[in-house]
Amino acid sequence: MSNPLYEHIKRDPRYTELVQRRGRFAATLALLVIVVFFSFVLLVAFAPQVIAIRLFEGSHLTVGIVLGFTQFVFFCALTWVYVRRANGEFDVLNAQIVQDALRKTA
Amino acid sequence: MTRLRTDSWLRNAATVALLATPALALAAPDLGTAQKQPLNWHAIGMFFVFVLMTLGITYWAAGRSKSASDFYTAGGGITGKQNGLAIAGDFMSAATLLGLTAMIYGDGVDGYIYMVAFFVGWPIILFLMAERLRNLGKFTFADITAYRLSQGPVRTMAAISSLTVVCFYLVAQMVGAGQLIKLLFGLDYNVALVVVGVLMMVYVIFGGMVATTWVQIIKACMLLTGGTAIMLLAFSQFGFSLDTLLAKAMEVHRLGTNMLSPGKLLADPVTALSMGLGLMFGIAGLPHILMRFFTVTNAQEARKSVFYASGIIAFFFNVIAIMGLSAIVLVGTNPEFFEGGVVGGKLIGGGNMVALHLAKAAGGNLLLGFLSAVAFATILAVVAGLALAGASAISHDLYARVIMKGKASEASEIRVSKMATLGLGVVAVLLGMAFEKMNVAFMVALAFGVASCANFPVLLMSMYWKGLTTRGALVGGYTGLISSVLFVVFSKSVWVDVLGNPAALFPYTQPALFAMPLAFLAIYVFSKLDNSAQAQAERAAFDDQYVRAQTGIGAASAAAH
Repeated sequence: MSNPLYEHIKRDPRYTELVQRRGRFAATLALLVIVVFFSFVLLVAFAPQVIAIRLFEGSHLTVGIVLGFTQFVFFCALTWVYVRRANGEFDVLNAQIVQDALRKTA
Repeated sequence: MTRLRTDSWLRNAATVALLATPALALAAPDLGTAQKQPLNWHAIGMFFVFVLMTLGITYWAAGRSKSASDFYTAGGGITGKQNGLAIAGDFMSAATLLGLTAMIYGDGVDGYIYMVAFFVGWPIILFLMAERLRNLGKFTFADITAYRLSQGPVRTMAAISSLTVVCFYLVAQMVGAGQLIKLLFGLDYNVALVVVGVLMMVYVIFGGMVATTWVQIIKACMLLTGGTAIMLLAFSQFGFSLDTLLAKAMEVHRLGTNMLSPGKLLADPVTALSMGLGLMFGIAGLPHILMRFFTVTNAQEARKSVFYASGIIAFFFNVIAIMGLSAIVLVGTNPEFFEGGVVGGKLIGGGNMVALHLAKAAGGNLLLGFLSAVAFATILAVVAGLALAGASAISHDLYARVIMKGKASEASEIRVSKMATLGLGVVAVLLGMAFEKMNVAFMVALAFGVASCANFPVLLMSMYWKGLTTRGALVGGYTGLISSVLFVVFSKSVWVDVLGNPAALFPYTQPALFAMPLAFLAIYVFSKLDNSAQAQAERAAFDDQYVRAQTGIGAASAAAH
């Protein structure tokens, strides 16, 4: 009773490849965010004195501020990396799979 | 050394509330019982311009809102950039601006750490959910959870938890709005609530999602412009040097150099983790945010919208951080902003007024008026988004799918939706009046708790786990809903502060670390134990759902008219 279009796609090896590659990519990035962020939270909770360490003698900037700011920049950069690859490489592959399936099942 | 934070300086009730329950105070500025201020004509004038503009947009949108898809999702025709602004707008409520500035002002680096936690959910949503949400959903997130499960019970549950989230959030916003408007504009509390309620109903009922989105976009631009202008003016007094700003701030701050050490906000690891989890995944379970993913053309635009939203939010949080630091020097040492002119005493208007005092200190009355108008506009836009999300749960899930079993006509579904908006508006105004004198911060804890512990686990599992069955989703969803509500009720913020009991039954303020694993466990166990024929059919249906989630084939298409 499954839609023939869906059946066709499920058998397409490129579909398996797309799902695997995009899934692995997304999971890696998500894991990176979670590990970085929760390491930061644990650092704050268990070694709060590290957060207040000055960057260098005479500076008023601290490790905490730099780590916080770095996370904002880093996580934004990761969203850019993901969107670029998902909307580019992966979507090209996706369009091929879908068009092929539409043509063959029409 | 971190205990220094609980000194007498904190007697200001609003600031105490902010410290004790930061997550909460954010969305609901607890301004205490704000004193009525003289009418502020700059603010009223600018707000009037905003209202005229948004009413014009509503009129324009009303002409274009004909189908259910127009009403719920703006016909799916919003671009990624527009949606990114709208998402950022939904996320950055008036309380975010006021509460976070006040947090930096009062607690230094704690506020910045909190901002990171508040932000980090966005990349996660992008990586794990954005494209699947767009490919599977149509009008509400229950379209996804009920995709291959039993429509009636699953949608009923989704509607109950959506409405719980929306109602708590709405009341918190309304009470905050009333206090804020009384303070900023010199309007009576009840008049302020009625103004907010009526405008919100007009936007949603006549303009649907098209108007709601554009109101949100305009407001987001105003907020960004106003905030950035104030930040630049204030920062210029320190020669745009963060080092100078930090040095001066530490000289005058009551905590001295300790303002750059973590304080009590994250002192306890359990609270820190629980708060991190709740904030991170709460976003991914808020119905008015999830709904935004259905307004874009396709998965590509959905991804782009999170990219833009993340950038805007990250930028603005850093603007707020500089504002808060500048306020320590520019507001914190100026007797003009303290009651009775006593520096270090009670801030005029309460702790959440820091951002507005800074606007005056850096840019004079005109900028103060502008920021006040922005704050009012922000409340309106967020409230409209919430009302629309609540109304769609009632009309699309409960009425069209559960009661009429999918046989309702489009026209009647839209009619129910508009009636639901009217109903929600009236309820919000009445509850706002009833809760005027109360600290409603716990309501936002409830909203985030239910969002992260009931909506999010079911939604995530429905997209990722083949084994999910109706029984597992129901038991897990209700477990998350009930346990998160109970944890908050038994915590200090309700059990002691509202109900007046001597000691809290649950020692933490944040439920996520406890209720979320419970929900996931219940989903897993009860799905595994379910071997009915229906459960097997539901598992078998996953592969087709997965193809659609991955490729977008069969996804609700843009502009069906």
